Amino acid sequence: MKAPVYFDYAATTPVDPRVAQKMSECLMTEGNFGNPASRSHKFGWEAEEAVELARKQVADLLNCDPREIVWTSGATESDNLAIKGIAQFYKGKGKHLITSKIEHKAVLDTCRHLERDGYEVTYLEPGKDGLISPQQVADAIREDTTLVSVMHVNNEIGVINDIAGIGEVCRAAKVFYHVDAAQSAGKIPVDLESLKVDLMSLSAHKMYGPKGVGVLYVRRKPRVRLEAQMHGGGHERGMRSGTLATHQLVGMGECCRIAQLEMASEAERTLALRERLRKGFDDMEEVYVNGDLNAHVPGIINISFNYVEGESLIMSLPEIALSSGSACTSASLEPSYVLRALGMNDELAHSSLRFSVGRFTTEEDVDRAIEQVRHAVEKLRELSPLWDMYKDGVDLDSIEWAAH
Amino acid sequence: MAYSDQVMDHYQNPRNVGKFDDQDDQIGTGMVGAPACGDVMRLQIKVNEEGIIEDAKFKTYGCGSAIASSSLLTEWVKGRTLDDAAQIKNTEIAEELALPPVKIHCSVLAEDAIKAAVEDYRKKLAAQA
Repeated sequence: MKAPVYFDYAATTPVDPRVAQKMSECLMTEGNFGNPASRSHKFGWEAEEAVELARKQVADLLNCDPREIVWTSGATESDNLAIKGIAQFYKGKGKHLITSKIEHKAVLDTCRHLERDGYEVTYLEPGKDGLISPQQVADAIREDTTLVSVMHVNNEIGVINDIAGIGEVCRAAKVFYHVDAAQSAGKIPVDLESLKVDLMSLSAHKMYGPKGVGVLYVRRKPRVRLEAQMHGGGHERGMRSGTLATHQLVGMGECCRIAQLEMASEAERTLALRERLRKGFDDMEEVYVNGDLNAHVPGIINISFNYVEGESLIMSLPEIALSSGSACTSASLEPSYVLRALGMNDELAHSSLRFSVGRFTTEEDVDRAIEQVRHAVEKLRELSPLWDMYKDGVDLDSIEWAAH
Repeated sequence: MAYSDQVMDHYQNPRNVGKFDDQDDQIGTGMVGAPACGDVMRLQIKVNEEGIIEDAKFKTYGCGSAIASSSLLTEWVKGRTLDDAAQIKNTEIAEELALPPVKIHCSVLAEDAIKAAVEDYRKKLAAQA
């Protein structure tokens, strides 16, 4: 069997060879291995220089000041630092937070943790388009609200929230706004000079950098203060202690540099691949694209193949690496909340696949995926009693199912 | 998640896929599960005059373990009496397919399916009498 074709760029990306090269130069004796915090010798100075260059590369991608970049171990840590850090530092002002039900677990679980500590959290429900509107946020803000955390791009369906609009609402109400931008940074423009965003989480491994490194953007004007979650040597202006991992940070800087340089051409190429994939299923019956394609990142597409269950579909596609919107894979029988929020019925939510394409996807890969998915869907529909009933003209909603 | 060889075998080569005419007096149909839960099984048995299941067919919407559970069940019920078939326990199915704990509900569904099919056939028989 050939190696499976990778269609899960939204889960993680391979490291770009240019990034790996830069990283490898910061590891061994002859390389830039020093501790960036060593002030007394050349090894330290050179490492510090490399780290500061990387910090600038990240800042350039986001159009912000390098002094607003705090290195972390990834978007999960950034989300934790932002949410707990703000909630704890400003608890004198209030203990109410606002987030949405379509957030990543790193945000949702952090909020749950704070609830156990006596904080109150409002979880906004997305509209049928999968989006959170600025008006919803405005309606939820209270006197004691300190932070709003609403993501930029949703990881399951790829829709883009109006973070500019939400930011305006938050700034007007003097509430801090945190954005999880793990799926958007490096893919679509993010301009922190114009956006009223106070904190933003990024991960290197979603944009062809290494795993284990990310940043939290923390705005300087108006100033945002945080309660540190990691204590120690006072690195990163006291917000995140721990020896800076030069090779990781250099890797993240380089992947941001490349992302900025190639964003326009890459977005165009990725969009063309995604559209090629989508059109490959155009003539099939009962196939639906989830989420508004007009407010969408180029690389992600979520498609439901009605009357076929997602996990079994993935099982019949051993040569394609992708993920299912059906939560059967995560051991609970509830289909994805995000998909349900789009107003789709349960069968459709259970029948969805997330394809995500990226820098190293080829047209040939896409064609291979189309052919195999079509074959698998046909085979499983032959096995499906629901497909039989659909073909016989039975309305599935008219049947009283025994839920279990 | 890795699937057992037994699940893969039934999944890749499902036995007795198909549909009988559910109006036929010889046929008992059991349909269990719900699309909302991500699995629906339709199991049908064909019963002869001696009350022996001489053929069985299934179609299943669901994960690989659900498909394998129902495929295995169609093999097991053939040649059994109705009483005998209704005795099949989900634990036997789970054991044969080496199902992991999160997939036990698939075998439970299969047990429900055969019980429902037997009951459906018996109702038809009673209605004729």
